[in-house]
Amino acid sequence: MYSMVISRVRRRQIAQLIAGGKRLDGRGLTDYRKIKIEKGVIEKAEGSACVYLGRTQVLAGVKIGIGEPFPDRPNEGVLTVNSEFVPLASPEFEAGPPSEESIELARVVDRGIRESNAIDLEKLCIIPGKKVFIVFIDIYVLNHDGNLIDASAMAALAALLNTKIFNYEVVDGEVEIKPGFTQLPVRNYPIAVTFAEIDGRLVVDPWLDEEEVMNARLTLTFDKDGKICAIQKGGSGALTKEQILEAAKIAQKKAEELRKLVVES
Amino acid sequence: MKKVPERLIDENMLRVDGRRWNELRPIKLEVGILSNADGSAYIEQGRSKILAAVYGPRELHPRHLALPDRAMLRCRYHMAPFSVEERKSPAPSRREIELSKVIREALEPTIFLELYPRTAIDLYIEILQADGGTRCAGITVASLALADAGIPMRDLVVACAAGKVDGQIVLDLNDVEDKLGEADVPLAMMPSLGAITLLQMDGMLTVEEFEQAINLAMEGCRQIYKLQKEALKAKYTAIKEEVETQ
Repeated sequence: MYSMVISRVRRRQIAQLIAGGKRLDGRGLTDYRKIKIEKGVIEKAEGSACVYLGRTQVLAGVKIGIGEPFPDRPNEGVLTVNSEFVPLASPEFEAGPPSEESIELARVVDRGIRESNAIDLEKLCIIPGKKVFIVFIDIYVLNHDGNLIDASAMAALAALLNTKIFNYEVVDGEVEIKPGFTQLPVRNYPIAVTFAEIDGRLVVDPWLDEEEVMNARLTLTFDKDGKICAIQKGGSGALTKEQILEAAKIAQKKAEELRKLVVES
Repeated sequence: MKKVPERLIDENMLRVDGRRWNELRPIKLEVGILSNADGSAYIEQGRSKILAAVYGPRELHPRHLALPDRAMLRCRYHMAPFSVEERKSPAPSRREIELSKVIREALEPTIFLELYPRTAIDLYIEILQADGGTRCAGITVASLALADAGIPMRDLVVACAAGKVDGQIVLDLNDVEDKLGEADVPLAMMPSLGAITLLQMDGMLTVEEFEQAINLAMEGCRQIYKLQKEALKAKYTAIKEEVETQ
């Protein structure tokens, strides 16, 4: 994916192990790496969370602003998701305009949150058609060791769960900030589960070397009721229908486990 | 602003444009319509109108990006400013950048890129009018342009969406159905190989509904696949006739 050079020997070793149901780092094919979630790590942000997925590390920050609603949605707040592949996270990352991968990552995370209606955007309307809250989610990749999508989706959700909006009052059409905070209305918990397809087998939560070797990538995002709310296939290989349906079954269970971690952290 | 219909499927089970749940929009395909491009094609699917052109394999610039063992496929999905209701800025949006990436990844598996090391194959997809399903129609027409350019491929790639509208799984969503419907599942495949090369979804589906949607989208793909092959043949039949009448 990021054109990291990986030797043919290692490539073959990874693929051969997976063919036998094993992985180079000792995990089973459907095991996640160790996950650690810390909420509220940035005090200046209205919400924040840091997710460690093995050696992958992602920080998500939520800032709340006030702005105009979209003309076709005058009674709803606005959600925007952005991601930064900061150069300190990988030798492959460079400063500059966002890469394709970075845009894709942000849009896949956005889709999960948006399509599951995770944030009650109608509660973020201040003056219909004029003033609404804007929720900015910024995803900061701090260390890239594979599967940025799942780590980022968890970080974004954890940060939202941790977000507080300042209290306000409308006086003569102007917003006046009052003391105290209210919890951001979060009513769904979308969780992304990503697979790599390597020599015909699916593995969950690929780390960087596996991403280098994979033919294709598949991400399924599940909501709290076990429904699918977003899917993204990536990588320049193909998948069969059977593989996709198998992935959906595994992901539904995995999402349940991960959701507990994020909500209870 | 356009009027928003109250229901997307009426009491006769017909959709806003009069189709049944498993019906495609009318599709028109033409191959080899731009004289400068190495390969080109045009598609009309309902009211969506899309042009695709291929240049290459040709020398890759900047050269340091060249891959020593294969060609690099570069793809640009772009919407014309006049293609949508409100003028779209011609600068590439984040949506267009993402779609360019997934379309490239949908087509890469079919091309024998290893036959043209160090070169570039440039694929340009211009959406002249958008009425839903443009990424899928874009892939369908792009694979025809690649074939027209004579680039060796494992199979044609064909794409079609299925989705959920008013509680019903339907084929080939148009713009209104996409925006107001409950879910959209675009899918691309190489029909002869049974390989799925693009899969996305947004909306809300149970796993069972998702399986139905995939099956329906694949059925739609198979129908369009026939039209693709006819369109390719039609170009050469036309040339043959031209030569014979001279």
